[in-house]
Amino acid sequence: MKKYILDLKVKQVERIHQRYVLIKLTHENTLPEMMPGQFVEVRVDGSPSTFLRRPISINFVDRENNELWLLVATVGDGTKQLAKLKFGDVLNCVLPLGNGFTPAKQGEKVLLVGGGVGVAPLLYMGAEMKRQGIEPTFLLGARTANDLLMLPIFNKYGRAYVTTEDGSMGEKGFVTNHSILNQEHFDRISTCGPTPMMKAVARYARQNNVDCEASLENLMACGLGACLCCVEKTTEGNLCVCKDGPVFNIKKLLWQD
Amino acid sequence: MMTASGTFGYGLEFADLMPIDGIGGIIVKGTTLHPRQGNDYPRMAETASGMLNCVGLQNKGVDYFCEHIYPQIKDIDTNMIVNVSGSSPEDYAECAARIDALENIPAIELNISCPNVKDGGMAFGVTCAGAASVVKAVRQRYHKTLIVKLSPNVTDITEIARAVEAEGADSVSLINTLMGMAIDIEKRKTLLSINTGGLSGPCVKPVALRMVWQVAKAVNIPVIGLGGISTAEDAIEFLMAGATAIEIGTANFLDPAVSIKVRDGINAWLDAHGCQSVDEIIGVIK
Repeated sequence: MKKYILDLKVKQVERIHQRYVLIKLTHENTLPEMMPGQFVEVRVDGSPSTFLRRPISINFVDRENNELWLLVATVGDGTKQLAKLKFGDVLNCVLPLGNGFTPAKQGEKVLLVGGGVGVAPLLYMGAEMKRQGIEPTFLLGARTANDLLMLPIFNKYGRAYVTTEDGSMGEKGFVTNHSILNQEHFDRISTCGPTPMMKAVARYARQNNVDCEASLENLMACGLGACLCCVEKTTEGNLCVCKDGPVFNIKKLLWQD
Repeated sequence: MMTASGTFGYGLEFADLMPIDGIGGIIVKGTTLHPRQGNDYPRMAETASGMLNCVGLQNKGVDYFCEHIYPQIKDIDTNMIVNVSGSSPEDYAECAARIDALENIPAIELNISCPNVKDGGMAFGVTCAGAASVVKAVRQRYHKTLIVKLSPNVTDITEIARAVEAEGADSVSLINTLMGMAIDIEKRKTLLSINTGGLSGPCVKPVALRMVWQVAKAVNIPVIGLGGISTAEDAIEFLMAGATAIEIGTANFLDPAVSIKVRDGINAWLDAHGCQSVDEIIGVIK
């Protein structure tokens, strides 16, 4: 898929949670083709301690309004600076990068499992499935009801099951404890979230013989497969998360623990 | 104007984002005689105005390069130069000899300055005898343009430059990364898997510029300057210090099209200052 360096215009920055902002971007031309699971390298201006671009997954592409949505966790100086963007500001982006999730085929039952800010790419994945007439099932985990991000929009595109660690919404516990996993069989699971969560999902998938892919977020520099900083050990040796991933079939990952 | 090894892949990774044949050369990723897995993750840490890396020469070896990568890059219309590393003079020479046979590779850059591998790399580049031994071995087996990339992690870089010149190097490029370190004070752990790594980016530019200036006065072969160049103004400083060519490295990560902008910026500066040729500014700082 062809990559671009684009100056995108900030249309809206919405503080959806104490720790997360939703940034909606647009461009005077039609935004390029992007796959669910791919990411964007954004340049952070105005933060002297932020030297490198920040990789942010594609949360949603709104074709009707020509918008690209990025869900950003404000964890460090760079992402806090992104949260300060205002309407009309410019955000320099290199996109789309990496390989996305395997597109769902007609008749396939796909479960999209997300935790924390890792739910971000699953929205676009689910929306694309819905557009092709394939109903996605979401399984979303968070610490508390308040930490479940964008739940109303997930509900728009498919069935959304929820777990919270404190039981304040949905079933209490981790995503891998949810009863849906015992009640239904899925052809594939695509997951994104904290590594311990993805490893638990991968373990469930292996035990139940379900095809499974996970989206990794190793520290990266170039985002293009040039610097070899973001490598993950795989059955094929060290692979770049930015170029060979970020989505990997779990069979390739050395996650046997 | 070239792109530095390890910062531009094999060029192809950037082809969507800029005209890669619009620059003077692409120095491709460090290549060794045998495949190398490189160091464990994490391999990178951000620093003030720069970054540390300890990639450790991950590559699939020279035979893979010749069979699988060379066919993909041989027709890119610029100077495709291979960065060569090794763990003994014999390894370096054998690797260089195999690349000598590739018609469309006009030069190699000998990396005697990688700070991130135990068995070689910088070990050769920090003594005159070590540097000379590698260049001597390679010169016997490699007949095209031989560039030697120097380490800044030395007391007197001019001695090393003179030693490799004496053994037949056609050019020297400098600087490779400066050895550095960073610590996560909450975890009480270093941020890199092997504790130390090579520092690059704008923070190293003054050191690089000083060394280029010293070496340009010490040798008679052309000097290629690199180290923290991100703008045309940075590049012009290196030219004035005596470099006859420059490489752009870490800045490629921040702006994948930066090298074209630096090229155009140098030309615009020369025009604006009434210079007919870049030769008018090279080495003006005595």
